[in-house]
Amino acid sequence: MLNYIIRRVLYGLLILIGVNLLTFILFFAVNTPDDMARINIGGKRVSADAIAKWKTQRGYDKPLLFNEQAQGVEKLSKTLFVERSLPLFALQFGASDTGRDIGYELRQRALPSLALALPTFLLGVFVVVVVSLIMVFFRNTYVEFWSVAFAVFLLSVSGLFYIIAGQFLFSTVLKLVPASGFAGGLDMVVFLLLPVAIGIVSRMGGEALFYRTMFLEEIGKDYVRTARSKGLSESVVLFRHVLGNALLPILTSTVAVLPLLFMGALIMESFFGIPGLGSFTIDAINGQDFAVVRAMVFLGSALYILGLVLTDISYTLADPRVRLA
Amino acid sequence: MSFQQIAPRALRRIAALLFITAALLLGACDKVQNNPHPAGSEASNTLFLPFTSRSPKYLDPASSYSNDESPYTYQVYEPPYGYHYLKRPYELTGRGAREVAPPQYLDKAGKALPDSASGEQVAQTVYDIPIRSGIQFAPHPAFAKDADGRFVYHDLKADDVADKHQIGDFTHTGTRELTAEDYVYAIRRLATPRVVSPSFSTMADYIVGLREYGAAVAAKDKDLRKGMAPTDRNLPFLDFRELGFEGVSAPDKYTLRIRLVGKYPQFKYWLAMVFFAPVPWEAEKFYAQPGMAANNLSLNYWPVGTGPYMLTEFRENRRHVLQRNPNFHGETYPCEGAPGDQEKGYLQDCGKPLPFVDKVVFEIEKEAVPLQSKFIQGFYDSPAIERLDIGTGYIVAMGDDKKKEALYKEKGIRLPTTVEANTWYFAFNWMDPVVGKGATPAQDERNRKLRQALSIAIEWEEHIAIFERGQGVAGQGPVPPSLFGYREDGPTAFNPVVYRRGSDGKPVRRSIDEAKQLLVDAGYPDGRDAKTGKPLVLSFDYMNTSNGSKPLLDWYARQFGKLGVQMEVRATDFNRFQDKLKKGSVQMFLGGWLADYPDAENFLFMLYGPNSKAKTDGNGENNANYQSPQFDALFDRMKVLDDGPQKQQLIDEMVQIVQKDAVWSFGYWPTSAAAYHQWIFNGKPTQIVRNHISYLRLDADLRASKIREWNRPVWWPLPLLGAASLLALWPAWRIWRRRERETASRTLAGE
Repeated sequence: MLNYIIRRVLYGLLILIGVNLLTFILFFAVNTPDDMARINIGGKRVSADAIAKWKTQRGYDKPLLFNEQAQGVEKLSKTLFVERSLPLFALQFGASDTGRDIGYELRQRALPSLALALPTFLLGVFVVVVVSLIMVFFRNTYVEFWSVAFAVFLLSVSGLFYIIAGQFLFSTVLKLVPASGFAGGLDMVVFLLLPVAIGIVSRMGGEALFYRTMFLEEIGKDYVRTARSKGLSESVVLFRHVLGNALLPILTSTVAVLPLLFMGALIMESFFGIPGLGSFTIDAINGQDFAVVRAMVFLGSALYILGLVLTDISYTLADPRVRLA
Repeated sequence: MSFQQIAPRALRRIAALLFITAALLLGACDKVQNNPHPAGSEASNTLFLPFTSRSPKYLDPASSYSNDESPYTYQVYEPPYGYHYLKRPYELTGRGAREVAPPQYLDKAGKALPDSASGEQVAQTVYDIPIRSGIQFAPHPAFAKDADGRFVYHDLKADDVADKHQIGDFTHTGTRELTAEDYVYAIRRLATPRVVSPSFSTMADYIVGLREYGAAVAAKDKDLRKGMAPTDRNLPFLDFRELGFEGVSAPDKYTLRIRLVGKYPQFKYWLAMVFFAPVPWEAEKFYAQPGMAANNLSLNYWPVGTGPYMLTEFRENRRHVLQRNPNFHGETYPCEGAPGDQEKGYLQDCGKPLPFVDKVVFEIEKEAVPLQSKFIQGFYDSPAIERLDIGTGYIVAMGDDKKKEALYKEKGIRLPTTVEANTWYFAFNWMDPVVGKGATPAQDERNRKLRQALSIAIEWEEHIAIFERGQGVAGQGPVPPSLFGYREDGPTAFNPVVYRRGSDGKPVRRSIDEAKQLLVDAGYPDGRDAKTGKPLVLSFDYMNTSNGSKPLLDWYARQFGKLGVQMEVRATDFNRFQDKLKKGSVQMFLGGWLADYPDAENFLFMLYGPNSKAKTDGNGENNANYQSPQFDALFDRMKVLDDGPQKQQLIDEMVQIVQKDAVWSFGYWPTSAAAYHQWIFNGKPTQIVRNHISYLRLDADLRASKIREWNRPVWWPLPLLGAASLLALWPAWRIWRRRERETASRTLAGE
């Protein structure tokens, strides 16, 4: 298995280089360093001198991919791409284009992001699995019919609607939780109740239907009939045997995204004023801060690759028949 | 155990749980649950304000220029001058300076000239600005000294600051008296190559020797950086005390002397901007130490000033806190104001010490929905402290919706209005062969007629009614009301090219028939080229790519359609738009300008030829690239004049020239309104007086009681929801029990 993991990590490095190159090309196909300087300096009285000064201070005065002025290997190394990309592999994110330390910002923002994303994810998976098992348990009854109809309804509504309606109902009308904001320590709970609940509800419809399909597929198999013929109750059959055997697809759809929870929830953080990494990324895109965008894309890709490796490993734990080689 | 035995026990347990939950909820029923601030803070003398989109980028006084930075910079820094809070037209007063100093004019021989000297006679203008004595800087670690008088934090290593990210992480603080040398230091610092100052290129044209000084500073900086990468952030201290220049000096401890080339009366307004706020050398030395920049410890995040407040917390895109500066030299609330201020209650705090509020907390609010909700609930005291368009939005909403009108009135929201020096215009690029200056005099005349025809066709009154909900006035020229130079009985208030006088003497827009006749004269009858017969298609570059702007763009197309002219929209993002302006490759575009200072020059300079954006490689603000030797000559004369009849005469002439040339279709002057809750007093709307937070008074008790009254939690739906869920579970429970008791054959039969 070790060989397998090493091989996957090496593949991952290649993917990271590719993603980094693609991000770089796409970003600079849309923006020039002059554009970035202009938007960073501000709208009024932006002189050409000021733009040149801004670019020099941040190293954006170098050629993007090929330096004709340099000699030998420096033709490639003395370029914006190489100078900005290599430190990322040592997790040196440097400073944002506004001069802020990206590493410090990541450390500051990871906790609020996790505080929102982790309970949303864990409670979400729990609720969705339970709901879908209940739907399967009550199959061929009106309980299943109405719960499927309700799940389709939930699936059809935009995530943004849940946020706006949730804020309106629970903060404006019932006045039970703040509309937005964040605080440290235990005080954060009051700010997280609503976004976590909305996060769970908004994903419940689609995922419950997906899991239900998987469970229904399992329930028709021979081992289920055997379990029933042994006299096990329906709840034991479902929650012990069916759930256990349907774990692989669940793991595929959950473990891979586990590391990405660090990256935060873009829209949720923005609407609820949660100072996490999701809002950090959105701010950087809006402000055309290439240094931050590049760092966040790199981090996101690295975490996604990590998630996929973890998924593979988790298969071996969930199903002893799986061998990684 | 049978189901019949289980059910009553389960029901008893559920009932008990419901009872306990209800008791807990009742116990907490009166407490405000949706308060986003710490409990009890609503009763403290703290102002709660939102900031939208992002934290301020530049708090360094040399760099700060954006509107969203001003709530911080103008409370922390004290430039030499400020504006009287209440008087209109705006009147300069001393802030760091004791008073507004009259300029002294010198001829080429250095001999004094009378105040009435013309611009041509004046070789230099000298400002001797008297700085107040006894002003202390706000507490800051840069000033902290030990018992031996040595600076505690001036010899730090990178490791010493590795764990420090907020200025409060430094234990010791100190202060010292402000002197004229601090202002000198700040002005010299505008020439630094280390930060970008938007004022430098303009100031280098006026302050004697500043441009050459900039070159000398750049050379010194290059010398200091020898062997370092351009991106290195741990730069050696660039000490501006060691390098001076003639234009700025401090003849004594409390006199700041600034020498200008020639005469530039608008310079006094620049002295009210933070570019001229004092910078203590200790702060620069402190922030220049290794590891500081990497930890965001610089003037850009942690300003050092003498103003009424100091920044004590800066959490990027999250929260900023201003606290009362304990060393503030003290000012009092004005006892005089503009006509009507007494009746509006703006003079009730006459003579009371400033600032009124102890602490100002800014919190991020990116989305409009929660911002609006929290303002209405009383958790923000104003929805936008630095902008006056949000208040206008509330007035518009009240006009549109009776429920909102009733709600805002019930909440006692104050929406004081004003007309500020602010304009929107539709510009024609002078470099364009069709709508700009023609290649021959005949073509030039035809192009002018085309612009005049289009100016008549764009019905700004309708635009204001539809898109601004009536909150604005159609523009008649480049100079908006509230400035010297604008007069109701002059050309600034009546554009004869687009309007004629109605029977009541008011301007009435000329008819489309007149516009069509102009179009015929221009060589485009019915919107087609008279020679080729091809339709006239004009392109409009619009700086917004969202679908939301479609109705507006359709409206513009309809205005052109009245004349049979086709309009092609080129939606573009900010950067592409700026790039096109720089290259002069746009044909028509929409522009806006908010005054830097209350002088007509600050609007007319956008039509001054040498300021052409395309011809100065993007350095000028004349985006339309308008060139008129006659206008330029008048501008050169006008800009060196003090307010008076001669200046008025020149402004009138310049306005008439641009009205005739119709290089802009003068759009509209929007109405501005502030928005405050009923417990905020003295909130006079302004976009020129930037240090207005210190004048605001807060009745915290009233706020606390209103917040309690408006935010009583509604609990009853929760137990109802719980009960409904239980009821829904009941049939499920029954099905489950039945399933558990079923035989395998019945289950299989069911499937």
